[in-house]
Amino acid sequence: MKHGKYPLIITFLVPPLLLYGVFVLSPYLQAFQISTTNWLGYSASADYVGMENFANLLRDGAMWNAVKNNAILLALLPVLTIGLGLFFASMLNMGGRRGTAGVVGVRGSGAYKLVYFFPQVLSVVIIALLWKEVYHPNNGLLNATLRGIGLPAPTWLGDPRTAFWAVLAVMVWSNVGFYVVLFGAAMQAIPKDIYEAVMLDGASRWTTLTKVTIPLLWDTVQVAWIYLAIAALDGFILIQQMTDGGPNHSSDVIGLRMYNTAFGSETKFGYASAIGVVMFFLTLSVAVLALRASRRDRIEYS
Amino acid sequence: METPASAPPTVGPDRRPGTGDRPPRRELGVVNVFSHGFLLIWALLTTLPLLWVVVSSFKSDGEILSDPWGLPGALRFENWARAWTEARIGQYFLNSGIVVAGSLTLTMLFGAAAAYVFARYEFRYRQVFYYLFVGGMMFPVFLALVPLFFVVRNAGLFNNWVGLILVYAAYSLPFTVFFMTAFFRTLPTSVAEAALIDGCGHFRLFFRVMLPMAKPGLVSVAIFNFLSQWNQFILPQVLMQGDESKWVLAQGLAALAVSQGYQGDFSGLFAGLTLGMLPVLAVYVLFQRQIQSGLTAGQLK
Repeated sequence: MKHGKYPLIITFLVPPLLLYGVFVLSPYLQAFQISTTNWLGYSASADYVGMENFANLLRDGAMWNAVKNNAILLALLPVLTIGLGLFFASMLNMGGRRGTAGVVGVRGSGAYKLVYFFPQVLSVVIIALLWKEVYHPNNGLLNATLRGIGLPAPTWLGDPRTAFWAVLAVMVWSNVGFYVVLFGAAMQAIPKDIYEAVMLDGASRWTTLTKVTIPLLWDTVQVAWIYLAIAALDGFILIQQMTDGGPNHSSDVIGLRMYNTAFGSETKFGYASAIGVVMFFLTLSVAVLALRASRRDRIEYS
Repeated sequence: METPASAPPTVGPDRRPGTGDRPPRRELGVVNVFSHGFLLIWALLTTLPLLWVVVSSFKSDGEILSDPWGLPGALRFENWARAWTEARIGQYFLNSGIVVAGSLTLTMLFGAAAAYVFARYEFRYRQVFYYLFVGGMMFPVFLALVPLFFVVRNAGLFNNWVGLILVYAAYSLPFTVFFMTAFFRTLPTSVAEAALIDGCGHFRLFFRVMLPMAKPGLVSVAIFNFLSQWNQFILPQVLMQGDESKWVLAQGLAALAVSQGYQGDFSGLFAGLTLGMLPVLAVYVLFQRQIQSGLTAGQLK
């Protein structure tokens, strides 16, 4: 493989590197530099202010509010999504357990998987707009149902007490299907004879799930956790389209703070970039922590 | 292959004395009903909102306002026509198609090429370049937004499909390179060596031997990239702020929601949403196996 490999390496590597360098790497690097300036957008001058933006961020109530909401998402989104995902995946793949025939899926599991995956292929914007209508106080599906069975019909997205939770519910709704399929695929890969052995020993369904299935799925759960944690630090599109952070900042998140600071009425590019830097380090630490916390010995079937 | 709850099991000597404290047959009945109950509830939760949007897209505004659960009095396809032409959903569809066709081609070409080099050749600073690429997966896109806006504007590509195509491709590269490098590594080296000994050049080797062998991986990554580029929202929102006629579908739908909100044209909004989601869902139903396995394999690697 020695002769004439350099022409290929250069032709294959230089164009992608250029594209990536110009549109991805250089903006990220510039962002760090811009975050140390007081740049106010298009024409105004940008002066170096050191860590001033970051010091201001520490005193910024709106920012802390957004961080708090992201922290709640970070705590709840992975737990709820993974919990529901595991629950439905085990129902689908092991609900039809039968004697020594081992572990079998329920009838129609293909149809369930088809339907559960729907939100995954839809654009997040469509999901946001769709649920905004479902939550509509007067002519939405949810309140029509609630009124139909004689329950009170709140203004879900217009009430600071419910807006954030309504959006969180949509986040869980749109993610569960994907993880059902993901966990389902991992469950299918577990050798059947493990289950046969466990059943001969008389283990109950619950014991089988918690002592056998979940430990064997741990790698997959760990990956799911990291993806959901990163998703929890974002949440921008759903929030922007459904509530725009309101009412009264009750559903604000860091991404939306940043977007509105940069592209809202005032173009505070320096300050917005500082928010971006904070988000970068938050994402990085969450990813590293999630990796560390869930590290275990890899199980291989042989 | 399951037996209904009441029927006797058809297979095998399944109960041995003393191998557990409950008879499997009874458990089967209870658990199946129990499983199906929960599974059906979630299936309804997933489909009802989507169905509701489709049904509402046929209603008149009056019907939408007065009876959210009711069925439309007639199939008013004129709502769809209005959304398609007046709200320009047709135009946005075409725009998204153009942009994604361009960016997906570029992504796959560049991504496969770079990944192949990383996976198969030794050269100086290989690790450095590789981690440089793959590192891009970890960063939140928000951090890059402000400078990216200026990079694109200074390149004269602001409000321009070419700019959007290049940016989509650039931001899809980290994952594509990461996934395809892993994939190329799994391909057997013996075939490549044999081809080289037979006098096959490095370029020919790539296009004639390695790319065809990498097809399953390429398909997975292409599906993943297609969906994420088709559904892209924040990049066009920042880089395609001007000329409405060039917007992509997600932008168009978001704008439709705002304008129909002012006009009270709910039926138009529902029709727009239906038009935005039905084609994607139809393609998904047709290729569900490939899409599900492509996306799950994509996330796991």
